Amino acid sequence: MTRWYVLRRVLQVIPTVLGIGLVAFMLIHLAPGDPVMALAGEHGDAAYYAFMRERFGLNEPLPRQLLTFLTRILHGDFGFSYVQGRSTLVVILERLPATALLGGAAIVISLIVSVPLGVVAARRPDSARDTGISTLALALFSAPAFWLAQMAILVFALALPIFPVQGMTTAGARSTGFGHVLDVARHLALPALALAAREIAMLVRLTRSGLIDELARDHIRTARAKGVGELSVLVRHAFPRALVPALTVVATRVGQLIAGAAVVEVVFGWPGIGRLLLTALQTRDTPILLGLFIVISSSVVVVNLMTDLIHATIDPRIRLL
Amino acid sequence: MQRRSTVASVLARPAGKVGFSLLLVTLALAILAPVIVHTDPLALSEATLSPPTQVHWMGTDALGRDLLSGVAHGGRASLLIASAVVVIALTCGSLVGLVAGYRGGFVDDSLSRMIELFQVMPRLFLVAIVIALFGPGVDRLVLTLGLTSWPVLARVVRSEVLATRTGEFVVAAEALGASHSYIAFRVLLPNILPSVLVMIGLLFGQVLLTEASLGFLGLGDPNTLSWGLLVGESQGFLRVAWWLAVFPGLAITAAILAFNLLADALSSALGGR
Repeated sequence: MTRWYVLRRVLQVIPTVLGIGLVAFMLIHLAPGDPVMALAGEHGDAAYYAFMRERFGLNEPLPRQLLTFLTRILHGDFGFSYVQGRSTLVVILERLPATALLGGAAIVISLIVSVPLGVVAARRPDSARDTGISTLALALFSAPAFWLAQMAILVFALALPIFPVQGMTTAGARSTGFGHVLDVARHLALPALALAAREIAMLVRLTRSGLIDELARDHIRTARAKGVGELSVLVRHAFPRALVPALTVVATRVGQLIAGAAVVEVVFGWPGIGRLLLTALQTRDTPILLGLFIVISSSVVVVNLMTDLIHATIDPRIRLL
Repeated sequence: MQRRSTVASVLARPAGKVGFSLLLVTLALAILAPVIVHTDPLALSEATLSPPTQVHWMGTDALGRDLLSGVAHGGRASLLIASAVVVIALTCGSLVGLVAGYRGGFVDDSLSRMIELFQVMPRLFLVAIVIALFGPGVDRLVLTLGLTSWPVLARVVRSEVLATRTGEFVVAAEALGASHSYIAFRVLLPNILPSVLVMIGLLFGQVLLTEASLGFLGLGDPNTLSWGLLVGESQGFLRVAWWLAVFPGLAITAAILAFNLLADALSSALGGR
């Protein structure tokens, strides 16, 4: 049974990935002008364009071209960035760790901050404390990440110079080992917080409503009737079950998190894919843009797949669907 | 009768009151911008990079343009763009969700794959490609955002349809010989309308946020004065002109908060949490 679920779920990935390739292919061909410009960027010479035309089979019929394009993508070949003089995949992979660090830090911060707040709010629904936390969460949820990032810089880097304004490391400093980690952490603090804000808001609301539902259930009433202490009821009986939907939401938000990271990176000059996106836009480096689109949508597909599989191992009911 | 009580119940909640007032202020500022603010948002003046003063309440930018006027006029474009996107997303989302939930089987499976495909596509990066290949412009921005915003809505509509389609009133309509389209649009749709309304509120907030983020990255239309454009210009002046970043962002946050509060109040008025 389980094996069938896993197989079915893995097979579902194929049409999605092909669909992503198809969308990219359609955009390249719908764009005004020669498709080779979209595939190769604007800065090549005639020989390079002829080479790319040959490589992607642009003189062949459309269905044939689509096949070539999809095959190239499945091999991880998104072309060559003429501007950077390197393969697109290499350029993107070089930038991904910085973004992953920023996104990972934001997820950790959001889980650490939001869960206790959600628990406190859910303890007494509609109390002053709950209303305060819920309202604050909604306000945080409504503020754009780049704006929070700018405000964080204005307050904690410019007005009160506690944190650095820009970059990932102090320029010129050649610290190693622990000193280097500390330096990066200092640079990471503000961007990670700005990025985490929206996730915190969302998770507080989710933990709160999940816990309120959970606390009204029979097994909680039984636990209370048995004389289990209030803290133990919260932490051991209600909380684990309320945590599952929260973790699911974290996983489904990977795409939005990367987009948010891209914007925050631009504010802080963090050397990740957001900065790469901006430079690629300014230099009209289309191979990089296409590569980013495909790499990021594929990673979202993979994360979704992993979340579903992990879920299925935790909750056997899912496998039967 | 029942509809009136829902509206009353939304407005009776603090979240509903605040959300509604915020929305009214935002809409009034945007619609009445030319009447309220007399300065042309593009008019240059001698006072470049002036902090907030009695003349320029929100200060001016590097070319001496009045920021208050910019925020008021920018809101018009941002809210219009958001409305157009929501209309597209609403049409696609309800249609796909209704058909998938109602027909079930193979149709549902294929449509669900399509929903998933559109959901995994990162909106920001897709818009980046579109703008790079087709050039900047409001039309393609609206279209791209609209075509990537419907999956959430389709999911909600689909699950609501799945939950209501076995109800007695649906069986009754079927027994009376009602056509599929009659059942889908006249029987099921009115019943799922409340949850769709909540989603519209959230969607508005989300689209305003995306428009602002795109503008911030310089992916908006450089010829349309919108909130996104204003915040995009602010980044280069962060060290010297805090007001350029503070006020447009505040306006965006207030507008998004208004929609989120209303969605919140509506969903609790309807019995959710």
